[in-house]
Amino acid sequence: MSPKAKTKASEKKAKTDKKAVERIEHAGLLDVRELTTHFKLGAGDVKAVTKVSFVVEPGESLGLAGESGCGKTTAALSILKLLPENGRIVSGDVLFDGRNLAKRTEYGMSKIRWKEISIIFQGAMNALNPVQETGKQIAEPIQLHEGLSEKQAMVRVRELYDLVGVSQKRVMDVPHQLSGGMRQRAMIAMALACNPKLVIGDEPTTALDVMVQAQILDLIARLRKELHLSFILISHDLSVMAETCDKGVIMYAGEVVESGTTTNIFNNATHPYTRLLIKAFPNIHEKREMVSSIKGDPPNLINPPAGCGFCPRCDVRIASCATEHPELIEVEPGHFVRCVLARQGV
Amino acid sequence: MATTKDTPAAREQGDKSAVKASDLAAATAKDGVLFDVRDLEVYFPIHEGFFKSMVSTEKKFVKAVDHISFQVMQGEILALVGESGCGKTTTGRTMLRLEEPTGGHILYKGLPVEKFTSSTLHAYRRKAQIIFQDPYNSINPKQTIFDIVAEPLEVNNVTSSEREKEDRVIKAISEAGLRPATEYLYRYPHELSGGQRQRVCIAGATVLEPDVIVADEPVASLDVSIRNDILKLMVEQKEKMGVTYIFITHDLSLAWAISDRIAVMYLGRIVEIGETLEVVSNPQHPYTRALISVIPVPDPLAKREHVILKGETPNPVDIPSGCRFHPRCPDAIDACKETDPPEKLIGGDHYAACLRIGE
Repeated sequence: MSPKAKTKASEKKAKTDKKAVERIEHAGLLDVRELTTHFKLGAGDVKAVTKVSFVVEPGESLGLAGESGCGKTTAALSILKLLPENGRIVSGDVLFDGRNLAKRTEYGMSKIRWKEISIIFQGAMNALNPVQETGKQIAEPIQLHEGLSEKQAMVRVRELYDLVGVSQKRVMDVPHQLSGGMRQRAMIAMALACNPKLVIGDEPTTALDVMVQAQILDLIARLRKELHLSFILISHDLSVMAETCDKGVIMYAGEVVESGTTTNIFNNATHPYTRLLIKAFPNIHEKREMVSSIKGDPPNLINPPAGCGFCPRCDVRIASCATEHPELIEVEPGHFVRCVLARQGV
Repeated sequence: MATTKDTPAAREQGDKSAVKASDLAAATAKDGVLFDVRDLEVYFPIHEGFFKSMVSTEKKFVKAVDHISFQVMQGEILALVGESGCGKTTTGRTMLRLEEPTGGHILYKGLPVEKFTSSTLHAYRRKAQIIFQDPYNSINPKQTIFDIVAEPLEVNNVTSSEREKEDRVIKAISEAGLRPATEYLYRYPHELSGGQRQRVCIAGATVLEPDVIVADEPVASLDVSIRNDILKLMVEQKEKMGVTYIFITHDLSLAWAISDRIAVMYLGRIVEIGETLEVVSNPQHPYTRALISVIPVPDPLAKREHVILKGETPNPVDIPSGCRFHPRCPDAIDACKETDPPEKLIGGDHYAACLRIGE
């Protein structure tokens, strides 16, 4: 070995050592700390996500729920740094498996995406390339990340089709030849292609029929158990979250308003917004009554209100709510609520 | 089946049974039955390529609605529930003659809708309106709210003066829950939220004071926090104005929340029909039972058993033999493969079509 090559090798070794040292200690598999994401618009910055924190343990499933525009999807896309061009992470950390993704470069992220964290998008018809065979699309990340040939990758794709319950005969079908349920299964197969540790499902069942939704949720639950996956479910449908997740985070106007185990959230809902949201779902196992919608609209996130964001729509607000911004309060171990009334045990 | 002689125009000229507009004006709902659908069939022909059409003599059809019968009572909300492709939307559209039936009858106040002349149809459409799923695409973005809601009045020439027109538009808009209505009149759809747009659609449908509104998934594209108000509005209009609603939805829990009666559809058939609370608490057809079992419940402690059906709804071109649900049915027996089950009376006006009822 020439001396020059030797120094290079030692440099490389130093670099890997440095990496090893850099491993950050944090809770769980994914630890999102005070994540803040803004979008630049002509009228000012849209504060889409403000100081959102949550932890996902290995093998655990976490639900992110709230109305459209509450920042749940932005929070999830910030984890993968898949934000649109006018979006940026302003502050906070996304600690994943010892690394801080918020500080990582685009190249660094490309090594993480799909290999370690993957995502299932909502509309499978729009997320898949309509003119390429579905199987080949699934093979692409395998070829890229594992360095396999297309032929080798297709062997893995066939295994994945078995895993998600689609006939292997369909690997060479283009998306429009598959039914909605099969396309969503193909999306799940694609998300699992490189054995990721964490899968994010962005409304994975929203566009599907009830029975197909039940099949897909059942499939996700089975795969999570078999592959020991961590899962983040983004959904506007609280009842889906109640049935599939271990923990939940309720977001409103870019902030976490309540978080805890799903039992905390559904059986001991403390934030007035969570309560109203749960009540908004008809529950056929209870007495039939017509529930009102939550009046009003979420606040403008370019100039968020000084006080509690939910105050104008809240049915139990007090005078100080309009001016005082509530902090997250731990009402019972692991159960956090952002409401001044929570402090008084209401 | 539709033959060339059976076109609407031919009917008008030669058919003595054609229903004239004057007949419609004089008709009343006897015994409260607004619609009596009898053995309705809506088949869509599949157009095959030239070669195939020369080689095979067999013509194929998408059997969207395959011989169904039911009644709609005046002043009720009837929910048509089922998965996509079950024929619920086709049924609703055919009742308004937006699709042509290929067989059977739809009696509106005792008059056959399929025999309406074009002028009768014009008058009929004043009485029967439709609301579509997507309030973003179903209204013209270049028209003001006033123009959108006033259009049905103009098309039908029902108001004598500008003043009357304005009054009726304002009334419809405020009844649809946009108050004060004058604040919304000259706004454009893009200035309104999804829920407000759907209210505009409802105002456009109610401005002619119709007897019946077919609401095709009216809340499917709305946020949970606002959809209840739209559903409440439908109930309110039913109660105050006596509007009959045919509520088409895939979501059984929404149907349960507001409807008086439910018809569960599968692959072009009604498999179960009856009073809503009775059907949901005492479902008799295995498909209804499965649908109810998979409704997610916002309670993590309630561990309910899900009956998850295998596979997907078969293609409505090749409908399975016997009971069309048998390939997916968890309770199927051999007889199900051969016998198409007739509707059985469970009690009251609760019917279900399953061979194994009463075993």
